[in-house]
Amino acid sequence: MEILQVVGLGLITTILILVVKEQKPIFAFLLATFVGITIFLALAGKIADVIRILENLATQAHVNNLFLETILKIIGIAYIAEFGAQVTRDAGQGSIASKIELAGKVLIMVMAIPIITVIIETIVSILPA
Amino acid sequence: MPYNIDAVFQIAGIGIIVAMIHTILKQMGKEDFAHWVTLFGFGVVLFMVAMLIQDLFTTIKNVFLFRM
Repeated sequence: MEILQVVGLGLITTILILVVKEQKPIFAFLLATFVGITIFLALAGKIADVIRILENLATQAHVNNLFLETILKIIGIAYIAEFGAQVTRDAGQGSIASKIELAGKVLIMVMAIPIITVIIETIVSILPA
Repeated sequence: MPYNIDAVFQIAGIGIIVAMIHTILKQMGKEDFAHWVTLFGFGVVLFMVAMLIQDLFTTIKNVFLFRM
């Protein structure tokens, strides 16, 4: 029951942050970041298991490896950009958080270009000349 | 949860103790020392968080951006 551990950690951290925030807000912020990373790291193993299964399925179905790799990279960029934006927004810097999200969107678009190219090439080859 | 939860209490404890020392030194009239203590405590905690962030980035590279 890992959910109980995560919820317990979250509750304890919330109480500690409420205590510390009175005197030193910067330590409260660092504590929140630390716990966020800890929870993410606890979940990363589970995500890795799911991704391994997806990889096996893709290999059995003879899917082009480019697609799976690109999709995994896009998911990773989305997770890390979301995490960074939330941490930054917690610290009260909404504008930097918006820029992080913008960077995530642009990088995802760049990642998707090879797939779009493949699709367009396929369509062009299907069309009669 | 393979990661050490003790660090959470360590960070909170460092925060509370630094706040206490800051108040005491301020009342003794040594505001200069008080600010240095705060800065030092912040540095220690920031180091702990930075180590964990490095761990996080390595994990994300291994899980999502494999072969990088």
